[in-house]
Amino acid sequence: MNRPSLAWKLYIAAFYVFLFAPLLIVAIFAFNASPFPSPPWRGFTLEWFTGSGAAFGKPGVLTDPVWLSSIGNSFKVAIPVALLAVLVGTVNAWVLERAEFRGKTFLAMMMLWPLVIPGVVLGISILAFFSRLANGLEDWLQTDLDFLRPGLSLVILGQLSFILTISTLIIAARLRKFDRSLEEAAFDLGASRTRVLRTVTLPFLRPSLIGAGLVALLMSFENFNTTLMLVGSDAPLPITMYGQMREGATPAINAVSLLLMLGVGGIASVFALTAKAER
Amino acid sequence: MMQKPAQRLTLFLLLAPAILWLGLLIVLPHVEILVLSFSERVAPRVYAFGFRNYLEFFTEPLYWRTFARTAFMSILVTALTLVLAFPIALYIARVAQGRVKAMLLLLCLLPFWVSELVRTLGWMMLLRETGVVSYILRAVGAADQPVELLYNDGAVILGLVYGGLLFMIVPLANALESLEPAVVEAGFDLGGSRWTVLRRIVIPHAMPGIVAGCIIVFMLTVGNFATPVLLGGKNGLWFTEQIYAQFITRFNWPQGAAFGMLLLLLSSAIVWLGLRLTGQSLGTTLKQA
Amino acid sequence: MTLCIGSVMAPSTDLDIVRVTKRFGAHAAVDDVSFSVAPGEFFSILGPSGCGKTTLMRMIAGFEHPTSGDIRIRGQSMIGVPANRRPVNMVFQSLALFPMMSVGENVAYGLTCRGVSRAEAEERAGRMLERVGLKGFGERRVTALSGGQRQRVAIARCLVLEPTLVLLDEPLGALDLKLREHMKIELKQLQGTFNTTFAYITHDQSEALVMSDRIAVMNQGRFEQVGSPRELYHNPATPFVASFVGETNRLQGEASASNGAIAVRLPSGAVVQGQGRAGQAALAFVRPEAVALAQDPSLLGSLPNRFEGRVSAVLFDGAASSLLIDTAGFAEPVRAVLPQAGPLAGIQVGAPVHVGWTADAMKVFAA
Repeated sequence: MNRPSLAWKLYIAAFYVFLFAPLLIVAIFAFNASPFPSPPWRGFTLEWFTGSGAAFGKPGVLTDPVWLSSIGNSFKVAIPVALLAVLVGTVNAWVLERAEFRGKTFLAMMMLWPLVIPGVVLGISILAFFSRLANGLEDWLQTDLDFLRPGLSLVILGQLSFILTISTLIIAARLRKFDRSLEEAAFDLGASRTRVLRTVTLPFLRPSLIGAGLVALLMSFENFNTTLMLVGSDAPLPITMYGQMREGATPAINAVSLLLMLGVGGIASVFALTAKAER
Repeated sequence: MMQKPAQRLTLFLLLAPAILWLGLLIVLPHVEILVLSFSERVAPRVYAFGFRNYLEFFTEPLYWRTFARTAFMSILVTALTLVLAFPIALYIARVAQGRVKAMLLLLCLLPFWVSELVRTLGWMMLLRETGVVSYILRAVGAADQPVELLYNDGAVILGLVYGGLLFMIVPLANALESLEPAVVEAGFDLGGSRWTVLRRIVIPHAMPGIVAGCIIVFMLTVGNFATPVLLGGKNGLWFTEQIYAQFITRFNWPQGAAFGMLLLLLSSAIVWLGLRLTGQSLGTTLKQA
Repeated sequence: MTLCIGSVMAPSTDLDIVRVTKRFGAHAAVDDVSFSVAPGEFFSILGPSGCGKTTLMRMIAGFEHPTSGDIRIRGQSMIGVPANRRPVNMVFQSLALFPMMSVGENVAYGLTCRGVSRAEAEERAGRMLERVGLKGFGERRVTALSGGQRQRVAIARCLVLEPTLVLLDEPLGALDLKLREHMKIELKQLQGTFNTTFAYITHDQSEALVMSDRIAVMNQGRFEQVGSPRELYHNPATPFVASFVGETNRLQGEASASNGAIAVRLPSGAVVQGQGRAGQAALAFVRPEAVALAQDPSLLGSLPNRFEGRVSAVLFDGAASSLLIDTAGFAEPVRAVLPQAGPLAGIQVGAPVHVGWTADAMKVFAA
């Protein structure tokens, strides 16, 4: 079993080719000097990143308001999602690991539940519930409550519904490893409760807070199923990409994808580094 | 012992975010679509309780056939993913050592942190009529006109298997990792063939990982939207598409809510069945992933 | 049996525990315990795990609250005073050094909590590190230290605050044997140079005997005996102390008073002579080093307890070596110190030998 056969090794090699082929193709054709994202290769260009549209009739990503605004929308969603995920996730982790009350096991089960609900169902249920809520409140308050209607704020809520589970699990796993005697030692040396939290507990949790924030950022950035159901007129990046892919896109979509890959790679390496520092 | 009021207040404040989250974003919305799915329109803007949405599902062949097709294809995709992923996970867990092992696992993880849409875009560029595979086939003379490899069930399955691989490999590798090498050696030592050792020792040991991987892949596949729609085109026929159509295109929310409940039922039933058959709990299964 | 040392309310004590009880539900983890610790004393609480010593220590530190009774430090009641306001600091079993801070920051932590300026705290931490032999270690990560160095940081972190009392919760438990032996001596010396009162808890009798001025032996929530190491060893007040502190031979039988001493008849009919008090059922103890050995029984002529036996095992362990001797009339073999000089040096298994001991060496208790 420890001496792999040649066939096995070839299979492994073929697997990794299979794994990276689509990504490589996407990346390569971002630089193709052609109006279509398909072969043949017509020469190298950066037009699909920085071009103004003079060469192929369509602008590059960094000058196209459609792409720029959807990148902006994605950030408008992802940043609040990441911040709230870390904040609420920390409180939830505290509840799971530190608090004692009846029904805690039930609550812990409930917190896992969102992971087994299909994203589309999460999307429609939140859409339906908040529409009813908005209708009721608008009748009662006699005012428009646009943030409860499809749009970026609803997308934030929809994504939070399951990303909170992930961030809670990440932070709770770290909190479980915490040696309570560190807190007692700090308290014993004269620190106040808040000082203990600030100087001992939170620094210990920091790698997991950063980790949970980055994971939330990534998950928010690439979420499609839930977002699709809740989106209004401002489309985040995956929604714009989906639209373009259905209608037939220019290589600008490859350029966006490559930027996305680089961004993910960057965040992944930050993540890997903090994970290493944790050890 | 009686709790002090201050302690109760602290506990309440700590619990508040979790209760708001689970209440407002999970429980009440699901109650809402459950109620919605049982309401039918009796006159313009007037709705009453009834089963029409569910009856509609069973009487309209397109709906239940799409549902059955989604369920069947998802099971097929899960099985295929398991078969393809097993040798990889076995290699990562038991053959590769040190840095090679870490590299192989990291390389597995990377593509899956990139958006699903980017990955699907890659497959579209490879498979479509004007795509890379078709171009190469013509260039080497294997075809004399463009070949359309997209918009069929094969492409949908390929895309879904690709998307599920990581979620299979990681739990499998974790489960296989914990198998003591001495146990495998003892299996050989007592005269077992490779196949016997695999079947009698390795696979039973990896069972929790297999279950976890299968459940996750199945859930992700059944709930997928972009891959079948983009790679299957008109022939994609995925149940999530029907939900989207009812909710967004036709604005028939009660019908869409009924479909949503059915999808939720399907995915929960399979998860429950998988856990039941193998005696695992949801918590430990999710931790495997 | 609880041994009460009257709680003296003079300022001549650093710590007074007055009839402290701690209940968890129906179970009393600490049951009506009282004692006092004098300034500069090294006081140990010795007991098996689960005897309540950790609970007692955590009550002194302020992490647990007594169900009843009072805890006074320099005469001041600590009831209702939180742990961060008590003039008591604790060295934890796990040491609990803060891994996210450097060695210097660990030692300065308590000072900065008191509002001492950063510069001054650093300077004082540096001086303290120098005194415990860790000069120039301030910038290091705590994870980069050896076991003994971590120990010294944990103690320095407490001593820099000049507490009335330092509590030590089995801090040597995690160390390997050799280092533990070394740290016992070092800890004792450290306590001597700083002249700070130490309250030390342990389940290891050797740690307690070597370092302490006084030891309290604790069992099932109560103090069995409080005294100097020698008192405990030579004059145990209860059977528990006799068997828990040091090696001993334990015999069970029926007591009958005889002239001046007490005679215990073993089930086999053999009779041993000892000192003490017992009704009917009695327990008798004799230390291995009090057992005299001779090949010629006439050399043991004056001893009231004399028996004949045969060596059944030689347990060689350097200076702590012993012999097991199957002795006629005894259910268990008698343990004696292995003679490594004189006529019996080199004695082998199977060799016939005579054993004997004085009546004073044999402590008798009611069973």
